[in-house]
Amino acid sequence: MKKTVFLGALTVAGLAAGAAAAGTLDDVKARGKLNCGVTTGLVGFAAPDANGEWNGFDVAVCRAVAAAVLGDPAAVEFVPTTGKTRFTALASGEIDMLARNTTWTFSRDVDLKFTFVGVNYYDGQGFMAPKALGVSSAKELDGATVCIQTGTTTELNLADFFRANNISYQPVPIETNAEAQQQYLAGACDVFTTDASGLAATRATFEAPGDHVLLPEIVSKEPLGPLVRHGDDEWGDVVRWTLNALITAEELGVTSANIGEMSAAAGGNPEINRLLGTEGNLGEMLGLSADWATKAISASGNYGEIFEKNIGESTPIGLARGLNAQWTNGGLIYSPPFR
Amino acid sequence: MTTLTDPPAGTFRLSMLLNDTRYRSLTFQAIALLVLIAAIVFLANNLMTNLRTAGLNISYEFLGSPAGYDINQTLIAYDSQSTNMRAAWVGILNTMLVAVLACATATVFGVIAGVLRLSNNWLVRKLMAVYVEIFRNIPVLIWIIIIFTIMTAVMPGARDYLGAEPKTELLFGMFAFTNRGVYAPAPVWNDGSGLVIAVFVLSIIGIFAYRRYARNLLYATGKLLPTGWPSLALLIVPVVLAFFIMGQPIGLDSPDVLANRFNLKGGIQIGAPLIALWFALSIYTGAFIAENVRAGIQAVSKGQTEAAAALGLRSGRIMNLVVLPQALRVIIPPLISNYLNITKNTSLAIAVGYADITATLGGITLNQTGRAIECVLLLMLFYLVISLSISALMNVYNNAMKLKER
Repeated sequence: MKKTVFLGALTVAGLAAGAAAAGTLDDVKARGKLNCGVTTGLVGFAAPDANGEWNGFDVAVCRAVAAAVLGDPAAVEFVPTTGKTRFTALASGEIDMLARNTTWTFSRDVDLKFTFVGVNYYDGQGFMAPKALGVSSAKELDGATVCIQTGTTTELNLADFFRANNISYQPVPIETNAEAQQQYLAGACDVFTTDASGLAATRATFEAPGDHVLLPEIVSKEPLGPLVRHGDDEWGDVVRWTLNALITAEELGVTSANIGEMSAAAGGNPEINRLLGTEGNLGEMLGLSADWATKAISASGNYGEIFEKNIGESTPIGLARGLNAQWTNGGLIYSPPFR
Repeated sequence: MTTLTDPPAGTFRLSMLLNDTRYRSLTFQAIALLVLIAAIVFLANNLMTNLRTAGLNISYEFLGSPAGYDINQTLIAYDSQSTNMRAAWVGILNTMLVAVLACATATVFGVIAGVLRLSNNWLVRKLMAVYVEIFRNIPVLIWIIIIFTIMTAVMPGARDYLGAEPKTELLFGMFAFTNRGVYAPAPVWNDGSGLVIAVFVLSIIGIFAYRRYARNLLYATGKLLPTGWPSLALLIVPVVLAFFIMGQPIGLDSPDVLANRFNLKGGIQIGAPLIALWFALSIYTGAFIAENVRAGIQAVSKGQTEAAAALGLRSGRIMNLVVLPQALRVIIPPLISNYLNITKNTSLAIAVGYADITATLGGITLNQTGRAIECVLLLMLFYLVISLSISALMNVYNNAMKLKER
């Protein structure tokens, strides 16, 4: 999920004479469509359903931005990207934003020249093992064969974890998630490691998900979030505050059910009024209409609703909020104030 | 009578560069060369300028920093704290290992299939034709993946062998065939094993000496000594004697099924990726070599076979003594390019997770350091050097085998 492939960005830096960085907001408005980069398919985060409609946790961010900017959550062109192509696609201007469980790291932010607008999922690297093995902790994995997706930060985290605990393992580097899944199910490796959310999503597609356990250890920090090109701050602000609007909406109790009523007229809570555009001119400052946040939240609900619908505990993926609960509930999800 | 009118010398005009056939070709070549150089300079300059604007530079310092990742098959000592250079060496050795193995087996497959394609037996001939046509007409990457997938799905898991009462017993108590690879016992060298090895080397020298003696005797007197069983006896008897006289100094370290609950431990593990890659490359390239061998044999005039038969040689000897030596002249040049193909095709190793040079230096190191240009340049250099070396070696062999013109 987090291939640190600089190749694409280098190619672009080396061969294309710098794609136009500024004016993405105007470009999107003129085009009437938002080009949003997503994964090639990870159930729960971004995957087309039986009708070819894209759905998922990351997709919802794309739809919210499209709704905020263009007023239509369906005005999105989804561009599937792989771990290798995602940065090239963004740097070259093929996509306007990338919402593809990408880890926010120093080198991607500074060296590859991208701007991470926030974190929509706090993740970490975990391990999955068959229940039959009777493993209850990753520290018991001495001598195990481990399937890893090659070219990701996972590889380095794994080496560090086993070295720190002074236990040995045998890595099996695998190119794609699908192949790794096949190797793991055939027993060619004992353990499969990647982001905990990815493990849960992968496990949900197994025939017998109950036969596999996620080990309690989380061995790395993987803050995942949407990103845009460096140097176009107006556009960065639009995406950043759309994400913040979804988060703030949950915090303030604005849901897709009550938003119609709340946005009809100014209510008692001034922050809700500012957010929904019934008071102040926040939308105008962003270069958007006054009801931009209303549209963004109406697209697929607030942050909590998006979480529950796509990856929450009622879905087959079954992720608990954990770190991704609102700060008011002891989580890390926290939006700066709308003021 | 014809009159030859030489063009008047010394009257070179600029327009002759285009109008005069003597200069025209040179002019165009010079222009083409200039355009090519200009294009390369432009691209290189563009690259350097853009790298500089992006704040990047070409540097090989990353080769000395710790790699940070682990590799599953290492022929030399390596851990995640070793340098990227060390990781590259691990990859280079893995590449060479699978290339050498695949070249050897592909040659065996190819020669057998090529000879059998000319068999008088209809069934054998057609079977070999089917083998050649199926294997060489499907891309090698597909073969690698198919073989690996089948191995993974069909072979028992390593855990089946584990425990006090395993599902599957070790073969002869020492071999395990799992979907992670083949586990075999490793030799343990105790005191006195050096002598056994020395005896073994001496026996091999002895075999060559005996064969030389037999050949000289044949040429000098016409007396034909047997070479098959004496060679075998020379190879086995002294070593076995030395082994027992020295008190069995070489032991076997069988894979241990009780070491832990995940894997067999100890012994030698030949990983499934290596086996899949090795087998796929051999069987794929073997099909090409088979066609070369067939072409080579068919290039030898039928009269040669008939003449040899008229002298009373049996068909095996005709093939070995008359046809193949002449066919080799036709076979070797395309064989060189097949060996080069195998070496270059080993770069598909990453498809099955085999840690060759493309997977270590060109894969993980490149991804983790972001030094794409440096890594790719090094990769190009490596493949160029290794291919040219194979080419040079095979050309030496070709020169030794080719028709000597005096």
